[in-house]
Amino acid sequence: MPPGVSLSDFYYILPELVLTGGALLVLIADVLLPKERRAALAWVTLLALGATAAALVPFANTHVEVAHGLLAVDRFSLFFKILFLLAAAITVLMSIRYLETEGAASPGEYYFLILCATLGMMIMAGGIDLITIMIGLETMAVSFYILAGYIKPNQRSNEAAVKYFLLGAFSLGILLYGMSLMYGLSGTTNLRVMASAFVGQEKDPRLMLAVILVVAGVGFKIAAVPFHMWAPDVYEGAPTPVTAFLSVGSKAASFAMLIRIFVEGMPSMSADWRLLFYVLSILTMTAGNIAAVTQSNVKRMLAYSSIAHAGYLLMGIVAGTARGITATLIYLMIYSFMQLGAFAVITLLRRKDVVGDELKDFSGLAFRNPFAAFAMLLFMLSLGGIPPTAGFMGKFWLFSAAIDAHYYGLAVIGVLNSAISLYYYVRIVVFMYLKKETSGSDPVITPALALVLGVTVMATLVLGVYPQLLFRVADVSARTLGVAGITAAIR
Amino acid sequence: MPSAYGASAYIPIAIFVAVATGFALFTLVFSSLIHSEKYNKVKLEPYECGIEPTTDARDRYSIRYYLVAMLFVIFDVETVFMFPWAVIFNKLLLFGLIEMMVFIFILVVGYYYAWQKGALDWV
Repeated sequence: MPPGVSLSDFYYILPELVLTGGALLVLIADVLLPKERRAALAWVTLLALGATAAALVPFANTHVEVAHGLLAVDRFSLFFKILFLLAAAITVLMSIRYLETEGAASPGEYYFLILCATLGMMIMAGGIDLITIMIGLETMAVSFYILAGYIKPNQRSNEAAVKYFLLGAFSLGILLYGMSLMYGLSGTTNLRVMASAFVGQEKDPRLMLAVILVVAGVGFKIAAVPFHMWAPDVYEGAPTPVTAFLSVGSKAASFAMLIRIFVEGMPSMSADWRLLFYVLSILTMTAGNIAAVTQSNVKRMLAYSSIAHAGYLLMGIVAGTARGITATLIYLMIYSFMQLGAFAVITLLRRKDVVGDELKDFSGLAFRNPFAAFAMLLFMLSLGGIPPTAGFMGKFWLFSAAIDAHYYGLAVIGVLNSAISLYYYVRIVVFMYLKKETSGSDPVITPALALVLGVTVMATLVLGVYPQLLFRVADVSARTLGVAGITAAIR
Repeated sequence: MPSAYGASAYIPIAIFVAVATGFALFTLVFSSLIHSEKYNKVKLEPYECGIEPTTDARDRYSIRYYLVAMLFVIFDVETVFMFPWAVIFNKLLLFGLIEMMVFIFILVVGYYYAWQKGALDWV
């Protein structure tokens, strides 16, 4: 065995190994199963995700660095891994009927790519080395490039894939340039070693350039204004379940990467990057919400809403305290459920004759399918931040973290933006409950979609009423980063 | 011996180029001066190894460039990893062997999938 590697390292990446094995299994099963049994692939995928979740159990209290600081197995990565696996499982359940409606040729490839994207996200969340983070990011991004263009006969889907690929590659270049500067100035790719190497170099213009470039690169990935231009087109064109997974999984993984790079890798530069994120946060919230107001396509509207949510999430990063990071983690988890739920309703409306993502497709939904309409009502209220839904709790925690760190103006802008956002969220509710019915076949809920809606509705309600458990878990996860020590350095 | 690398070393090459060009020009010009211009059907047919042509030679056919390129990338990357692995194999020993087997196994799964999906069926 070469130096730097030991067998125990392989034990610690057991969940990732299981997921890799599961992905390969799905690919082989796609070939071996007869055509009429291909529907079982979704269940093989769910099995792989379940096995990965089971493999996470032994590491509930682990706090180690694997392979001399390539990966960290800690509570922080565990929190995100659970989020990714949940999001992936919900996406797979959503996809079953969607793929049937679209008549997709090979569902095996689709599920394989979903698993690969999940694997990339898990590596991103655990990575404490720039190279590991990069590999995770690419594994995720390449899978998403293909998934975005999965419906091959659909031109919009093709357009989404090409746009996402080109802008993704471009942003990756910027990110890599920033990372290469970080490496050049510290002589290491390990974020934790880097953190101590940067102490006392705060005024180095080259380091500031590195911070700006990495912020821009990460800004692309979380779709923060002014790096958000790809998001609406990609979200609208990609298959709906892929959009859901993209807006939740990719965003959460990019936030994990952001927190790892900045909080773990450059705590001494926090004055610079917090200022940048402060500006980005305000721009993102405001531009995202104002642009969402004018949209008539629901997927596009949710894309702008997702951009606005990136702005809210950045508030926790701007605060820079353990409380701020905790708030970001909490909101990411809550956001995942409500966003996935909203996209599940859009998936439900997809029928042979209806695309289901225009605002008019929602008119009269309350009379045609009361349960779906109620679920959508709940998700919209939650995204807008109305109690007693989970969205309120998440926003409350984020705004209070900003106030706690003396960013009063930011909190006020956040609240004002929530008020703006209510306009377009409630508009969907108006269409569902007050407009007359339209023609077209009624949407039918399959068991898998019912499960998705049930889980997301329950989560949105329960986390709104009883958020203590999530708060505790997020708090413990955020503290494993040693944010407390970083906060001391900031003040 | 600096003189061996000087301009004089290129004189044989210059002679060679002159002779080759001259021979080609001479052949073309000389034959165009003396040949007769009599055409018939066989003479105007495209030359296909002496076999009588059946259809138009200008046919469209797919070279499946995309799939060929994809498969090329798979095996190209494999080779990129295998060269450095082979160079330090005597230090990696059994561990390296197992790692490479795992790597190749994953590639073989992809290859098997592509094969079964008909990526290797030509045209």
